[in-house]
Amino acid sequence: MNSSSVLLGLAGVLYGAAPIMFAVIGETITERAGIINLSMNGTILLSAMGGFAVAVGTGSIVMGFLAGALIGALVALVVAFSSITLKQSQVAVGFVLALLCRDLSYFLGHAYISKAGPRLITIPLPALSGIPILGTLFFKQDVMTYLSFVIIFLVWFWIFRTRPGLMLRGIGERPAAAFVRGANVNRLRYLYTIIGGAVAGLAGPTFSLSVKAGWAGPLSGLDGYGWIALSITIFGGWNPFRAALGVYLFSFLQWLGLVLQPFLPSIPTQVLQVAPFPLMILTLLLVNISDAEWVTRMLAAMPERPRRWMMKLLRTLRASPPASLGVPFESE
Amino acid sequence: MNKIRWLNFGFQIGAVILALLFTTVVLLMAGAPPLQAYLYIIKGALSSITNISNVLSAWAPLLLTTSGVLITFAAGLWNIGIEGQIMVGAIFTTGALRLLQNSTVPSGWILLIGFLAGMAGGALWAALAGVLKTFGGVNEIFGGLGLNFVATAFALYLIIGPWKRPGIASTSGTLMFPDKLWLPTLPKVQFSVWALGLGILVVILVYFLLRGTHFGLRLKAIGKNSKAALLMGVPTWQYVMFAFLLCGVFAGLAGAIQVTSVYHRLTPAISSGYGFLGLMVAMLINYQAIWAAPVALFFAALNIGGIQLPIVLKLDSSLSGVLQGILVLFVLLVEGARQRLFRKR
Repeated sequence: MNSSSVLLGLAGVLYGAAPIMFAVIGETITERAGIINLSMNGTILLSAMGGFAVAVGTGSIVMGFLAGALIGALVALVVAFSSITLKQSQVAVGFVLALLCRDLSYFLGHAYISKAGPRLITIPLPALSGIPILGTLFFKQDVMTYLSFVIIFLVWFWIFRTRPGLMLRGIGERPAAAFVRGANVNRLRYLYTIIGGAVAGLAGPTFSLSVKAGWAGPLSGLDGYGWIALSITIFGGWNPFRAALGVYLFSFLQWLGLVLQPFLPSIPTQVLQVAPFPLMILTLLLVNISDAEWVTRMLAAMPERPRRWMMKLLRTLRASPPASLGVPFESE
Repeated sequence: MNKIRWLNFGFQIGAVILALLFTTVVLLMAGAPPLQAYLYIIKGALSSITNISNVLSAWAPLLLTTSGVLITFAAGLWNIGIEGQIMVGAIFTTGALRLLQNSTVPSGWILLIGFLAGMAGGALWAALAGVLKTFGGVNEIFGGLGLNFVATAFALYLIIGPWKRPGIASTSGTLMFPDKLWLPTLPKVQFSVWALGLGILVVILVYFLLRGTHFGLRLKAIGKNSKAALLMGVPTWQYVMFAFLLCGVFAGLAGAIQVTSVYHRLTPAISSGYGFLGLMVAMLINYQAIWAAPVALFFAALNIGGIQLPIVLKLDSSLSGVLQGILVLFVLLVEGARQRLFRKR
C-alpha cells in the first residue's frame, strides 16, 4: 500500500465517521441537559429510511436531511414528554423506542428497498483542497462531512464558552441551583433533548444519502450504530472534543479491520469489523474503573510514588457523567 | 378501592386501544389494508396445527428470557446483554453436540450435556457483564451491548471458520445436526413439549422466587435502593452477581432450545431477538411475574403471525415488532399519565 492510498483511506475514515459524529454530538447535547435518549439506534434507522424516502419522493436531498432531523426531533420529543412530563423511566422509554423505530423503519421502508436515490457529491473547497496532505484529508469531502467537523467546535463553544451553555451544564449537573438562578429547568431540558435529537437525526440521512447510500431494509447494515454512538458518548466524557476523538478512533479501527483483512485470511471480515467493540468495553472500563471501591482501596495501599502516578492516570481517563443525568427534576 | 381498580383497568384498555389506533395509522401510511393485515396476523398464528405449534415453540424461549430479565429487573439491573447470553449459550450447546455427535454416548445424554453446556455459556457471558458492573463500574447496559456484539462476532467466526460446512463456508449457519440430536417433538409438528415444559417450569420458579422467598425479597430491596440494602446487611454485589448468573442460565437455556429444537444448527441470528423481546414483555407486564406467561404467549403469537405478511400482503414482517413496540410504549405513556392525574388530585 502506498502513501497516497493510505491518505485516501484516512480521508475515508473522516467521511465514514460523519454519521456517527452527528449521533454522538446530539446525544452529548441531550445528556448534558440531564436526559438520556437511549433510542439512538432506532433514531438512526428511522431517520435514514425517512430521509431517503423523502429525498426520493421530492427529488431534493436537502429535504431528505431536513426530514431526518425532524424525525430525530420527534423521537426525542417522545422521550422528553414521557420522562419530563410523565416521569417515566428514561431508559425504558428509550429502549422501547430503539426497537420500535427500528421495526418502523423496516416496515415503512419496505417499498423503498433498492430504489435509486440521490447521493451527496464531493465538493472540494477552493484553495484549501490544494494544500498537500491536509487538502486531501479535510477539504475534499461532501457537505455533511464538513458539517461534522464544524459541529464539534460549535457545540464545544456553546457548552463551555457561552452563558446559555453554562445554563445547559447547570441543568444537567445541579438543576436545583439552575432553577434558583432563574432557569426553567424542564423547558430547557425539553429544548435540548429535541435539539440533540434533531442533530442525531442527521446521522440517518448521512448514511442513506451519502456514506451507505440507498435503503435495503435490514440489509442496510445500519443496525447497531446507535448503540455504538451511545457508548462513544460515555467514552467522550460529555465533551465534544473527546467524543470526536472516540468517533474517529472507532472509524479508524473499522477501516483498519478492512485493510488488514488480506493479511489475515483466516479471520472473516465480519469479525474484524467488530474489533472496535471489545476495545470499546475496555475503554469504558478504563473510563469508569476509578469509581470502583476496590480500586480506591488498592490505591490507598500503594506506596506514595506509584500511587500518585496511578491516580493521575486514572483521573485523565476518568469521565464523570453530568451529576443529574437521568434524574427527574421537580421544582417544589 | 374497587373503583380505583376498575379505573386502572380502564386506563390499560385505553392504552391498548390507542396502540391499535396508532398501528392502524402506520398501516395506512404504508398503503396497506389494516383490517386485512390484522386478520392475516391472527390467521398466521392460529389457523393451523403447524402455526399453533410454531407459536408454542416460540413461546418456550421467550418464557425463559422473560423470566431471566424479571430477576435482573428485580435487582434494578437492565440486562441488555441477554441477547449475547442467548448466543453464547447456543454456541456452547452447538460445541458440546459437535464434540459428542460421533461418539458412542447415547443421544439423550448428548442432549442433556448440550443443555448443561448452554446454561454454562449463558452464565459465563452474564458473569462477564456482572463483573464489569460490580468491579469495573461499567454500566450493565453498555457493557452488555458491547458483549452482544462480541458474541455475534464470535458466532460468525465459528460459522465461517472452524465450524464451517464442508465445502462451502456461508454465514447462513453450520451443518444441520442429525435428527437423533433434535429435541423430541410431537408427531408431525415441529414443537417440543420438553422445551415448553422447561419454559413453564422456569416461569413458575421465578414467580415463587420473587414472591415468596427471602432471596427474592432481598433482591427487590437491592433493586429499590442498593445503598440502603447494603446498610441493612444485604451482601449487595453477591446478590447482583447471582441475579446476572441466574438470568444468564435461563438465557443459555433459551439458546440451547433454539439449537436443539428450532434451528438444529448454529446461525448468526439464533437468538431471534427473544432477549430484547423478553425485556419488552417484562416492561409491558410492569415486572409482575404472574402475567409473564400469557403476555409472552401473545407476543410469540404476534411474531409467528407476522411471518406470512410478506407473502400474502407484500408487507414487511416487522409489523409484529411495530405492534409490540407501540403497545409497550403506549402502556408506559398511559401509566405515566395515570400517575400524573392521580398526583394532581
